[in-house]
Amino acid sequence: MANPERDEVTGTETTGHEWDGIKELNTPLPRWWVWTFYATIIWGIGYMIAYPAIPLAHTNTKGVLGTTNRSELKAEMKAAEAAKGKFLAKMKKMSVEEIAKDPEMREFAVHAGKAAFKVNCVSCHGSGAQGAYGYPNLNDDDWLWGGTLEDIHYTITNGVRYNPDSNEDTRTSDMPTFGGPDGTLTPEQIDAVAEYVLKLSGQKHDEAKAAEGDKIFHGDAGCNGCHGDKGEGIKDVGGPRLADKIWLYKGDKASIVSQISKPKHGVMPAWKSRLDDATIKALTVYVHSLGGGAKS
Amino acid sequence: MGVTIRLTQMALLGAGALLSIFMMANAVDTPFAIHMGIFLIAAVLGLIFVGRSLVGGVQPPSQDEYFDTVVRAGIIATVFWGVIGFTMGVYIASELAYPWLNFDVPWLNFGRLRPVHTSAVIFAFGGNGLIATSFYVVQRTNRTRLAFGNLAWFVFWGYQLFIVLAATGYVMGVTQGREYAEPEWYVDLWLTIVWVAYFLVFFGTLVKRKVSHIYVANWFYLSFIVTIAMLHLGNNMAVPVSFFGYKSYSLFSGAPDAITQWWYGHNAVGFFLTAGFLGMMYYFVPKRANRPVYSYRLSIVHFWALIFTYIWAGPHHLHYTALPDWVQTLGMVMSIILWMPSWGGMINGLMTLSGAWDKLRTDPILRMMVISVAFYGMSTFEGPMMAIKSVNALSHYTDWTVGHVHSGALGWVGMITMGSVYYIVPKLWNRARLYSETLVSWHFWLATLGIVVYASSMWVSGIMQGLMWREYDAQGFLVYSFAETVEAMHPYYALRALGGAFYLVGGLLMAFNVWQTIKGNIRSGEAVAEAARA
Repeated sequence: MANPERDEVTGTETTGHEWDGIKELNTPLPRWWVWTFYATIIWGIGYMIAYPAIPLAHTNTKGVLGTTNRSELKAEMKAAEAAKGKFLAKMKKMSVEEIAKDPEMREFAVHAGKAAFKVNCVSCHGSGAQGAYGYPNLNDDDWLWGGTLEDIHYTITNGVRYNPDSNEDTRTSDMPTFGGPDGTLTPEQIDAVAEYVLKLSGQKHDEAKAAEGDKIFHGDAGCNGCHGDKGEGIKDVGGPRLADKIWLYKGDKASIVSQISKPKHGVMPAWKSRLDDATIKALTVYVHSLGGGAKS
Repeated sequence: MGVTIRLTQMALLGAGALLSIFMMANAVDTPFAIHMGIFLIAAVLGLIFVGRSLVGGVQPPSQDEYFDTVVRAGIIATVFWGVIGFTMGVYIASELAYPWLNFDVPWLNFGRLRPVHTSAVIFAFGGNGLIATSFYVVQRTNRTRLAFGNLAWFVFWGYQLFIVLAATGYVMGVTQGREYAEPEWYVDLWLTIVWVAYFLVFFGTLVKRKVSHIYVANWFYLSFIVTIAMLHLGNNMAVPVSFFGYKSYSLFSGAPDAITQWWYGHNAVGFFLTAGFLGMMYYFVPKRANRPVYSYRLSIVHFWALIFTYIWAGPHHLHYTALPDWVQTLGMVMSIILWMPSWGGMINGLMTLSGAWDKLRTDPILRMMVISVAFYGMSTFEGPMMAIKSVNALSHYTDWTVGHVHSGALGWVGMITMGSVYYIVPKLWNRARLYSETLVSWHFWLATLGIVVYASSMWVSGIMQGLMWREYDAQGFLVYSFAETVEAMHPYYALRALGGAFYLVGGLLMAFNVWQTIKGNIRSGEAVAEAARA
């Protein structure tokens, strides 16, 4: 290029090529670009010296810092375990009542329980422990199986109707199927009992039918055996209280009829098979702290 | 000779039709049978077209003219698939914010529609844009017609068939579960045939060029075509369960399988979404700005640095996984080194405007191209930063990644393609100008606003998500459950869908504008305004 063309605007030489009207300036590489490029390469070499980098026949260079993802994780986990270790060791030896009475341990257990609750329990009981259809609310004082620390601990440990064949400690209550071809009550009788349950829970009801239902409730069907004479519930056998407005499977007439005719039986896992002792204790203290915990 | 070629074509199409019937008859599952039926329909349509031209005795086109009919079809396909892809994106973004939009219908499920969206925007919209513009650019910068006659038409229609097979497969649940490479083995084989044809057309045109040097845009296009072929073959090595069924299993397993996937996945970004579209930029920006390319030397150095470095960067998708530490180090280091080679393209794109910056005030098309280069620069800084392991520890698996991808995809890939479409349409259809530059301006602002809303909502949501996942309380216990992080992201998901909707409306304006331009209309008042401006 003896006499290179110059671009008028920039004063830079062009390369002399032209494609479909496009020319190219022969501008040198921007200095800052070159130096930044070199800097990243030098940094890269430094990083490769510091960390595992170059593959060899059977292994790879370990890096002068000698760390790996796994060793870093291990160190972090160890530090975390060390911070918690003192409490966890104490928790193993203490009963749930003792933990709840010790302010420092209680504080720790509530946090630990809250974290474990969010991983294990929220999918059924909700992130606010508010419950859902078929899953009990844990914030109130209506407990199916008792609300003392000891009761809650037992329920979490052994679950409810959870593999009763192999897990004989599980909580089990089995409301009979009163309806259908194998049921012991006729549809008319079920209707009457439902009216009586509506009365027990202070809802609008048919007085005549309720009176009839009362007889069946305390007579042939024997509902009072589990639900109590006044529908107050019997926690020892897991018989829910009917004399309030808190319902597991809704409290309208149709839902009550359905639950008498063909009851639903909820299941909760026995957490002893999945969580360690300290975590179950922490969960117990946390659930007890939610507001409805009963005194022993 | 023309007759012999057509008879050969018909024989091939006939054999393809018979093979489809045979495969369909023996199919062991319904989706495979449907797909073989689609192959059959395509072969029969091909037979009809070739047969008609044989009977009609069509004159072969002059070898002196550029082969632009296929480019026109490609541009129409680009706009068409763009609108489809953006629509799918808005829909699945809305599904994430409002899950009832699944309607409990399997083929509307997010998991099935997500690859429809990604494939529609990357391969259908972006791919057609790349194929069409590469055919346009390679002819003009080499002053020669496309090589191998009607093979370019085979590339075009074969590629559309690939898209249809891919998309219909996804909604039927046919996927090999490899991100951005979801189509199953037989669709992969078909794409291989189409891609080899594409390579032959492009490379053949380069070989018979009538200029001594090859323009830089063609280097980028060629690196895109060659590397995608290599990535496609490497990543899709799979063993079909039956030759008459869709299901296949990867040849690799475990960590080697994962790194093969991300070697492919990251270089799909590098060579499809970066190198290919840099080819587009290197032609259309200087043409539109009517200025010389800023630096020939930079274009050489950044080209070789980019293609050398990109190929190693994939492991940064697998930080803190079962991938060996040394591979992670390699991926991270190469990602950082990639920063400047990527920015070389940005510098060349932006600095080409020196002496023409004033045009940005009056030319919405150039404005669109320039903002695309700006988004390119931003994304190629953000990418290396996110590849740093300690940053990645926060960003990985969060929406930040999604935001990053979209600032590149909507900002860089989308804007450079749409700017090029606006430039090329009046040229291809011999129109004096676009139907409306005012609509281009509207498109520009809608798309820009859409990207800003999209990217910033995903930054906030992603960083928040990452911070919530790792937040510990004073006793050393995690503070948030997963469901709580999902709940916290809801408003940002809604915002993201809104940003996408802005972008979609811009795309619809483009479709309308292109359609009117093809019809030869000019929006009343605008020509006068242009005359007054000049």
